[in-house]
Amino acid sequence: MRRLLIAVPYLWLLALFLIPFLIVFKISLSDITLSIPPYSPNLDLSAGWSGLVDFVRALDFENFVFLTQDDLYWKAYLSSVWIAFVSTLITLAVGYPIAYGMARADRSWQPTLLMLVILPFWTSFLIRVYSWMGILSTEGLLNQLLMNLWIIDEPLQILNTTTAVYIGIVYTYLPFMILPIYAALEKMDDALLEAAEDLGCSRLEAFWLVTWPLSRGGVIAGCFLVFIPAIGEFVIPSLLGGSDTLMIGKVLWEEFFSNRDWPVASAVAIVLLLILIVPIVLFQRNEQKAREAEG
Amino acid sequence: MSQTVFAPWSDPGAKPLIEFRNVTKRFGDFTAIDGLSLGIYEKEFFALLGPSGCGKTTMMRMLAGFETPTEGSILLSGQDLGRVPPNRRAVNMMFQSYALFPHLSVWENIAFGLKREKQDKDAIDARVTEMLRLTRLEKFKSRKPHQISGGQRQRVALARSLAKAPKLLLLDEPLGALDRKLREETQFELMDIQEKTGTTFVIVTHDQEEAMTVASRVAVMDEGRLVQVATPPEIYEQPATTYVADFIGDVSLIAGRAKPAGERVEIAWAEGQPPIVATSETSLSTDQSVHFAIRPEKVHISKERDETRPNLLQGKVEDIAYLGNISTYHVRLSDGTLLKAQSTNHRRLANRGITWEDEVYLSFTETAGVVLTE
Ligand SMILES: Nc1ncnc2c1ncn2[C@@H]1O[C@H](COP(=O)(O)OP(=O)(O)OP(=O)(O)O)[C@@H](O)[C@H]1O
Ligand SMILES: [Mg+2]
Repeated sequence: MRRLLIAVPYLWLLALFLIPFLIVFKISLSDITLSIPPYSPNLDLSAGWSGLVDFVRALDFENFVFLTQDDLYWKAYLSSVWIAFVSTLITLAVGYPIAYGMARADRSWQPTLLMLVILPFWTSFLIRVYSWMGILSTEGLLNQLLMNLWIIDEPLQILNTTTAVYIGIVYTYLPFMILPIYAALEKMDDALLEAAEDLGCSRLEAFWLVTWPLSRGGVIAGCFLVFIPAIGEFVIPSLLGGSDTLMIGKVLWEEFFSNRDWPVASAVAIVLLLILIVPIVLFQRNEQKAREAEG
Repeated sequence: MSQTVFAPWSDPGAKPLIEFRNVTKRFGDFTAIDGLSLGIYEKEFFALLGPSGCGKTTMMRMLAGFETPTEGSILLSGQDLGRVPPNRRAVNMMFQSYALFPHLSVWENIAFGLKREKQDKDAIDARVTEMLRLTRLEKFKSRKPHQISGGQRQRVALARSLAKAPKLLLLDEPLGALDRKLREETQFELMDIQEKTGTTFVIVTHDQEEAMTVASRVAVMDEGRLVQVATPPEIYEQPATTYVADFIGDVSLIAGRAKPAGERVEIAWAEGQPPIVATSETSLSTDQSVHFAIRPEKVHISKERDETRPNLLQGKVEDIAYLGNISTYHVRLSDGTLLKAQSTNHRRLANRGITWEDEVYLSFTETAGVVLTE
């Protein structure tokens, strides 16, 4: 029984991660063809052993080599990492004060504030991104407001730029930053700050020496929760970004659906996964450390 | 005892270290501290005692600077603390919850306050080491607070608040979380540390025994006011009101009417019973309604009627509380009043004569109890 319970998560991983991964990996080693499915070779089980041998012989790493030859790909990877990194920093700068304010707010208000943070999840992500198009476009709400207030004369071109992508990512992932930081701050005993002040700290010093280190676990968790999905983000750059916004998710989508080059698309996906493994492992370590510290 | 008695409060020339002048603290329309005046002297070990919610923590928090008085002022060494923020006061507090920094080691916790003073590294090192030795924590200096026991945590909190050598140390129910044995040990440790460092201690406690053990003076509070401030023996032997008498230790109260006769006072307490004869320091008027308060250990209990004894009362044993070294007898007098008497169990249980429902005689001397008018 116990073994069975332990096996459940592994079966889950096997079915939903490992098997799809192997399929994608196999496709990435294939060649593009005009057929259904649009790649070869295919495993021909009726040919028996020799069929398997032929199949394995036909596999190669061409597509991965191709990724290094066209500079579009490494530029897209790099730019994705950069955009994800900057977005994470902005999200942290916006999210930390919000989480701090929530944790310091009156106890009776906190459930309501928490609700407000989670509320956007109740509508579809796609609809929310579309509504940002309505806000940011040249005839959009933001430009109209600024023009009516005589702050600008000409409408600003925000939509279809990288700025819009930053706005979209920060908006979308803000709750993932706020919640872990809030959880860390909320656990903190207010008496610690009083103790720090009692021992000679100013308010600001008390923040740096007590509040910040104690919320660091939440900050790190929040950063990974924003950074990891933001790297592979596809919807936001394709709806809000412009032609100069280079993100690997968009490249992947175009390879797959526009070029119908499944093998290259798969190779792009595999490399993306390898890139993501680093922060994911770091994130896991951080979580483990936090659990140990709580002892 | 050859020592000179430590009693700066009875010296009119002595200046108190802390002075509360008509301090009132309100939270909204709730008055937590009500026009309180008090002086606490240097090197005192001052205990605040009172029921839950009477304002003890509020007083401490005003001393530490976390609350400001609504009215009145608090002086430290003659200087008005006014709105001096907590980090500028030569006052340190040991928190009821300890409030140790969970991300710092024991060593770093103790050094925290010293580092804020920008002392050089060697000085900090020396001071922390000294504190670790004083609280016997050397072995645990590199552990985090969650890796040590409750009693050790409490000692870290104490060491941390002592490290800066404050003029005044505030201890808010410091021993609340400890078991009885460790508590008693720590009480003596605290007294020892207080003697060694010469720091003025103000301690809040729920536990009257603790207050009696450690304090040079005890203040009994009720609903934001001081009811009595006195040394432990005075508080015990000369309570000012029935509230104090009842709050500190065990007491029997008998209501009656006073009839002063020179030094003495006769208290008529029940129809057809001889009056209780006692002495009183306050002057009483005839027929004034008073309470006679007497501690159980001052009441003699016997099965034989001995006419030579003063204040002889007859009653029936209703209950016996056996406490090991002593037993407390609850005796119902003929008019229904309950009087407690205590005797030491110098004989084994089986050999003792008094049991339930026995007719017994109680007696006490004229100076054994006090006559209270409030
Ligand atoms: N910030 C506050 N706002 C409103 N009322 C308060 C506040 N702090 C304390 N009080 C009230 O003031 C009174 C005194 O509180 P205080 O904490 O000083 O009691 P205490 O004597 O320390 O009690 P305990 O022995 O239970 O710790 C209580 O009735 C409490 O409800
Ligand atoms: Mg309290």
